[in-house]
Amino acid sequence: MTTTNFLRMKKWKMTGIIVLLLVIVYGSSIITDFDLLKGVASIPGTITWIATNLIPDAAAMENLPKVLSRLWETIVLSVIASTTAAICAFFFAIFGSKTTQINRTIAFCTRFIASVFRNIPIVAWALVLVISFGHNVVTGYFALFISTFGTLVRMFMETIDEASADGVEALNATGATYFQMVFKGVLPDTMPQMLSWLFYMIETNIRSATLIGLLTGTGIGYLFDLHYKRLDYGTLGLITLSIIIVVIAIEFASNKVRRMIL
Amino acid sequence: MEHTSLLQGIYLKNGKIKTRTMTKATITVRVVIIFLSIFTLVGPFLLKYSAIDWPTALFYTLDNLKMMFLQPAFNQITFATAITQILITLALAFLSTILGAILSFFLAINTAKNLAPAGLSNAIIAFNSVIRAVPTVLWVLIFAIVAGLGAVAAVLGMMLHTMAYLTKAYAESFEEIEEGTIEALRAAGASWWHIIFHCVLPQSASYLVSWTFLRFETNYGVAIAMGAAAAAGGIGFELFMSSSFYYDLYEVGMITYCALIVAIVLEITALQIKKRLMAR
Repeated sequence: MTTTNFLRMKKWKMTGIIVLLLVIVYGSSIITDFDLLKGVASIPGTITWIATNLIPDAAAMENLPKVLSRLWETIVLSVIASTTAAICAFFFAIFGSKTTQINRTIAFCTRFIASVFRNIPIVAWALVLVISFGHNVVTGYFALFISTFGTLVRMFMETIDEASADGVEALNATGATYFQMVFKGVLPDTMPQMLSWLFYMIETNIRSATLIGLLTGTGIGYLFDLHYKRLDYGTLGLITLSIIIVVIAIEFASNKVRRMIL
Repeated sequence: MEHTSLLQGIYLKNGKIKTRTMTKATITVRVVIIFLSIFTLVGPFLLKYSAIDWPTALFYTLDNLKMMFLQPAFNQITFATAITQILITLALAFLSTILGAILSFFLAINTAKNLAPAGLSNAIIAFNSVIRAVPTVLWVLIFAIVAGLGAVAAVLGMMLHTMAYLTKAYAESFEEIEEGTIEALRAAGASWWHIIFHCVLPQSASYLVSWTFLRFETNYGVAIAMGAAAAAGGIGFELFMSSSFYYDLYEVGMITYCALIVAIVLEITALQIKKRLMAR
């Protein structure tokens, strides 16, 4: 094939892909009732609205203690859900990873369980748990735990696969037992990376906790929903601002720790 | 003299050879782990929960899960409706991904260290981290005040997060391009847009595609949640209706299975795309 032919083919291919994408965009807009023009038009409106209404005023500041206590609840919930999920995920990842698996059946099972936990929407968990546990912190905890667990198993498994194949082989060759291999070979190698994933999940969970709070009536999400429905936009601004500050602070801290340990 | 530096962390104690490998990193790891463990142990006592009747609650949960996973059935909606709703969820995810991806591309070429001035790059990074700090559902609800609840608010809200995420991913893949290539083009007198379209884009295209699809997979999950929380329609809204409105756990189970199958298919596709494109 000559060069011109190759380039022409490439051009046609690109055009084809772009046309296909446009068709899907058009189809998606129709079935979802999404109006691109309306969307674009509402962006400047929203920005002005945020700048004028979403500002915490004096009345909103009176709600500050309430906001802070709900925020604290959300933070604690996110951290303990992430840490406990990480402990469970570690063992699942050990049994599921290719380098440290005991046998293929167990590895397949653990991977399958994690995939199911990860892919069932967090909303479904929250909605089912709220029926039996009620509007309670425990509901939020379990919903966060389950989704964090699923994600962390996948992350940990990739970390173990990447980091420790050689070390495991060497330890196996010297006749180390399985637990020696895991705790002396795999764990020290992968610990910094895993901690880094754990921090990432804590940060993600504060955001998810807001959503779950909205659905289950706990934490900062509940408070947001309450003031949203009361059209109390000053307090809404205060809540949004406090979430922004917390998430950025955690991101900053985790970046700092990550730089120290990696 | 060089021996001693090699043997620094090694010493004898009671006739046994001990090694000391405490570096700054291992100390930090230990401190962080101890702190997190203490927090985890203390944490549950810091929360206020109204009294839970644990045995009953656990019994109910198991019963609920049994209804959900072992006896799934459609009652309020039909199978056809579920399929349509899943298509709507996918469409919401697709729209927000594609809009976010287009914006991200333009932001990323102004963020990558080798293409853009440092000031602009830092400004965009700061802007993105503020956007990312606000949970998607709050963005959706804020947009809904002006645009009204529905697809427009949902897509815009999800688009913002997609943009913040993809800009970082795109910029990182642009930064991996060899400095020499760009320099050669610059020396030959190519304009900035020439460099973008004839060097940067072709070289990083496979990364861009795989990151974008990965985000599409995530957005599908987010779209389910948005349907439930912001009444944007789709399978998430049906899920919300059947659990909070009809208390029909059989249907919740069936809907969950449908959503799950699509999610697993997307995950496998994303992994395959990643494997194939990244290997090249």
